[in-house]
Amino acid sequence: MRKKYVLTDLCCANCALKIEEGIKKLPGVNDVSVSFITSKMILDAEDGRFDEIFDEAVKIVKKVEPDCEVLKK
Amino acid sequence: MKTDALTSKQKKELRRILIAGILFAGLLIADHVSGTGRWGMFALFLIPYLIVGLPVLRSAVLGIGHGQIFDESFLMSLATIGAFAVGENAEAVAVMLFYQVGEFFQSYAVGKSRRSISALMELAPEYANVENAEGTLEQVDPDEVEQGTLLVILPGEKIPIDGIVEEGESLVSTAAMTGEPVPCGVHPGSEVISGCVNGEGTLRVRTTKLYEDSTVARVLDLVENAAAKKSKTESFITRFAKYYTPVVVIGALILAVVPPLFLGGWGGWILRACTFLVISCPCALVISVPLSFFGGIGAASKKGILVKGSNYLELLTEVGTVVTDKTGTLTRGVFEVQELRPAEYPVSDCVSGGSGNGSAEERAARLLQAAAAAEQLSTHPIALSIREAFEKQYPHHSLPKLTRAENHSGQGIEAYAEGTCILAGNAGLMQRFGVSYKEAEDPAATVVYVADKEESIEEQSGAGRPEYRYLGALLISDEIKPEAGEAVASMHRNGIDVVMLTGDRKEAAEAVAGKLGIKQVKAELLPIDKVEAVEQLLAAENRADKLIFVGDGINDAPVLARADVGIAMGSLGSDAAIEAADVVIMDDDLRKIPLAVRIAKKTMRIARQNIVFALGVKILILILGAFGLANMWAAVFADVGVAVIAILNAMRTLRADSATAERR
Repeated sequence: MRKKYVLTDLCCANCALKIEEGIKKLPGVNDVSVSFITSKMILDAEDGRFDEIFDEAVKIVKKVEPDCEVLKK
Repeated sequence: MKTDALTSKQKKELRRILIAGILFAGLLIADHVSGTGRWGMFALFLIPYLIVGLPVLRSAVLGIGHGQIFDESFLMSLATIGAFAVGENAEAVAVMLFYQVGEFFQSYAVGKSRRSISALMELAPEYANVENAEGTLEQVDPDEVEQGTLLVILPGEKIPIDGIVEEGESLVSTAAMTGEPVPCGVHPGSEVISGCVNGEGTLRVRTTKLYEDSTVARVLDLVENAAAKKSKTESFITRFAKYYTPVVVIGALILAVVPPLFLGGWGGWILRACTFLVISCPCALVISVPLSFFGGIGAASKKGILVKGSNYLELLTEVGTVVTDKTGTLTRGVFEVQELRPAEYPVSDCVSGGSGNGSAEERAARLLQAAAAAEQLSTHPIALSIREAFEKQYPHHSLPKLTRAENHSGQGIEAYAEGTCILAGNAGLMQRFGVSYKEAEDPAATVVYVADKEESIEEQSGAGRPEYRYLGALLISDEIKPEAGEAVASMHRNGIDVVMLTGDRKEAAEAVAGKLGIKQVKAELLPIDKVEAVEQLLAAENRADKLIFVGDGINDAPVLARADVGIAMGSLGSDAAIEAADVVIMDDDLRKIPLAVRIAKKTMRIARQNIVFALGVKILILILGAFGLANMWAAVFADVGVAVIAILNAMRTLRADSATAERR
């Protein structure tokens, strides 16, 4: 399953990169791309565990950028 | 700078910066005149420091909590605290202040570029008009419109979903989708593509797709996802960024500890180490390089060229060979009667329409009419082209009724219409019926010879074979696109080889290639042979540059996939082509190929400039800093100043128009 999210208040491109690297390492993630320019995250993960993986991904976002909110598009 | 363009967060930042800046300036003056003690000054300088730097400190603390020690905020806090520690109060405040000023400009510049990029992509329709039971229009979310719904598109509105016009006539502008400025006329029965803008007339359109499968949704998806396919340059920056920060931080650590062990003077060395920390964020690179590529992709899509990833943009700059398909790519892919060659025959022999005086014009008309009459029932593309030519040239004439037609396979047709027997076919057919025809010489065209005779004569005379009268020949060929010659010449000028592959006859292929100035031609290829031909070219020795394959996307998917970059042409609305190709040219214009290469080259140039500039300044300040020649102010410039300049430079990629003009 592939879903698009909007990340608000991403403040730095390097952080976007760190978020991307972090989420990529999660088990069950097929692919993820975090674009600082479009403020968007495209998450592609296993169907069955998608919500679970998404929650993990949000945790990583919060860890790197505490002020960043993940919104469903 | 207009403040209304700022977000509320940015406004808050701006206030903090201004207040801290004024306080800081006041303190600098006070520092010179009054004799407040060291701790007193520290306390005073701490006020503007905290005003401007509190968000940074907070984020640094949160960062440590999450184990993010190479975080920009953390490093900046560490550097400024270090400056305070060695008694450089003014330096500490200044660095924090200028860092925040830089961040502010950076966020402003990024916001601006985001807006210009999203403006490029304002293709997405916001609503669709559905007529409800009372006959009034209701605006609904395009996502909720079911397939087969009747939509009303008012003048000036965007077509939200692909469909077929049921009612109304209008001119539709496809400019946003294809870059083609000339609007196209639509009437009931026409297919319309989402993303196009309706002109003066109101249209009622029956949707044939869901919004998510519509052209506009697919195009938007493709452009947004393009950022995910990173170019080599971007991956290099990503890898570089991973090592850069730790290396610089370790450098700072060594600088702070090792030299003073031997040389003493801890304060000075710690200050130099702090300078290092300020430069340690790779943001300028990490923002500006992808932004350059994104801008390049945006600029291309504005011109109707969809590039599916930054990697393809990068490959386009290294193109050495363009391999192109013929039919439908260099040519229109539609057969057309190019020339009528009526034969000379005695006027007295006139069989049909006997009143004619036998002028060349009349003979041409008779030739075309006879051919069209004979081909009335055929669905072959050649037959269609003959009938179309007749209808176009003589819209008020009707064709004689066909009573009987016999198909001589591979040769042509023997047709009987209103007392006349007509032969239309190749040289073989003429020979078979003993017609004395004149060989038409044109290797590029398919030739249809036409002859007739009066049917009654045959019946009356019985045994005697009546003579067929040779009416002339029709030359039919696929028309070369008007811009093809210019496109090929432009590619040659840019040092790109052009190779033509086609399944067509050798003579026809060579004639087209000759007209366009293409030197390498491979004809009579089956689709599988095309893949092999491309593979041979790919395997050629000394091949450092890349190979593009250009096709119309209909049956060349394997070749599109095999080439370094596959370009599909004129495939607006064709799902298969959008799937298979790496670059999609939305309209039919071949000149977009050299244009795409130019946009790609410009993008790469800007990306490289940014890399050299950002890295160069950083390394220079690092070296100067290590020797104590650059202070923390210079370091702040190397960090945020460079980022702002690089972003502004990256934004130049968005302006496709300057790439439109060819460099000679």
